[in-house]
Amino acid sequence: MPSNKALIAIPAWNESGSIASVVASVQEHRPDADILVVNDGSTDLTAQEAQEAGARVVSLPFNVGVGGAMRTAFLYAQREGYQALVQVDADGQHDPADLDRLLTGLKDADIVVGTRFHPESMYFVGGPRRWAMVLLSKALSWMNKGTISDPTSGFRSAGPKAIELFAIEYPADYLGDTVGSLSIAIRQGLVIHEAPVTMYFRQVGRPSKNALWSALYLGRATLAILATGLKSNRTPREDAA
Amino acid sequence: MTPNILAAGAALITFAFVFLLLRRGALREKYAVLWLFFSGAALFFAVFPGALDWLSQILGVAEPVNLLFFVTVVLLVLVSVQLSYELSRHEMRIRRLAEEVALLRDEISQDRTERDGN
Repeated sequence: MPSNKALIAIPAWNESGSIASVVASVQEHRPDADILVVNDGSTDLTAQEAQEAGARVVSLPFNVGVGGAMRTAFLYAQREGYQALVQVDADGQHDPADLDRLLTGLKDADIVVGTRFHPESMYFVGGPRRWAMVLLSKALSWMNKGTISDPTSGFRSAGPKAIELFAIEYPADYLGDTVGSLSIAIRQGLVIHEAPVTMYFRQVGRPSKNALWSALYLGRATLAILATGLKSNRTPREDAA
Repeated sequence: MTPNILAAGAALITFAFVFLLLRRGALREKYAVLWLFFSGAALFFAVFPGALDWLSQILGVAEPVNLLFFVTVVLLVLVSVQLSYELSRHEMRIRRLAEEVALLRDEISQDRTERDGN
C-alpha cells in the first residue's frame, strides 16, 4: 500500500533522550514519509519514546549491530513494498533537511550517499584519521568508477534495487554496514551517487582518534571491502531469507 | 612404559567422557564420532607403540614422537577451523532469526491493535 511513500529507517541502540527529537524533526521535514525505528536491543526507553513520538517501532530481541538493524529495515521495506528508504542516525547527527536531496537523487541512482566532505561543510577531520578516510574513499571510488568521497557516512538513501539486495544481504561486521554494503552494491552493478549533507557533531563521547586507531581502522575497512568484494555470488543457504 | 600408561589413561578418560556426553544427548553424533575416533586412535598407539615406530619409518620421519605431534597439531587446527565455520553459520542464522522475530512481533502487535480497534 505505501507504493510511493518513502521509509525513513532509524537504527537505534540506547538513544533515549535524542530519539524523540530525531523522529519529530524527520516528521517535520517529510510529513509524507513513514518512519521506522529499529530498536537494536536497547535497555533504556528508546522504544517507548520513539513510539510516543509517532514512529513505527520494530524491536530486535538483542543487540545485533547497525548492520543487522538495517537489514531488518530493508526486509521491512521490501515486504511492505516501499520504493525508497533513507537511513538516518538516531543520535541527531544528521539534518533531516537533507532528506529531500537524498530522495530526489534516487531518480537516477540506486543509492545516494550523503557526503560530509564538500566546500560548505562544517565537518572536518585531520591527521591520520583523515588519511585513512581518503584512502578508503579512493579505493571505493575506483571500484565504483565514480566518486564516493565519504563511504563511512550512515546518511544515505536506497531505491528499489538496493532495497531488494540489502533485504537479503547486509553485512553486520564493523564497517560492514557502511563500507561493506557499498562494496556489495558496486559488485551487483548498482548505481551509486553522492549528495552533500550537513553533519552535526556528536554531543557526547567523541573518542580520540590517533595514528594507531587509524591504522586499525584502515585494516578493518580493508577487511570489510575484501570480505564483501571477494565473496562468491552464491549466498550461503543458511543466511538466505 | 610409564608414558604409555599415562597416554592410554588419558585416551581412555577422553573416550569415556565423550561417550557419556553422547549418551546424555549433550553432544551431537557428528562431533562425538570425531572425538571418539581421536581418542580411539590415541589409545591404539599408546597400547601398541610399535605401530607408531613402523608408521614413522614408512613415512621417513626420524623421530616417531614428531610424527605424533605433527598429526595431532594438524588435526586440531582442522577441528578449530571447522568449529569457527559452524559458529559463523550459527551467528548468521541467529541474526536472521532475530530480524524475523522483530518483524513478526511488530506484525502481531499491529494485528492486535487492529482487532481491538474494531
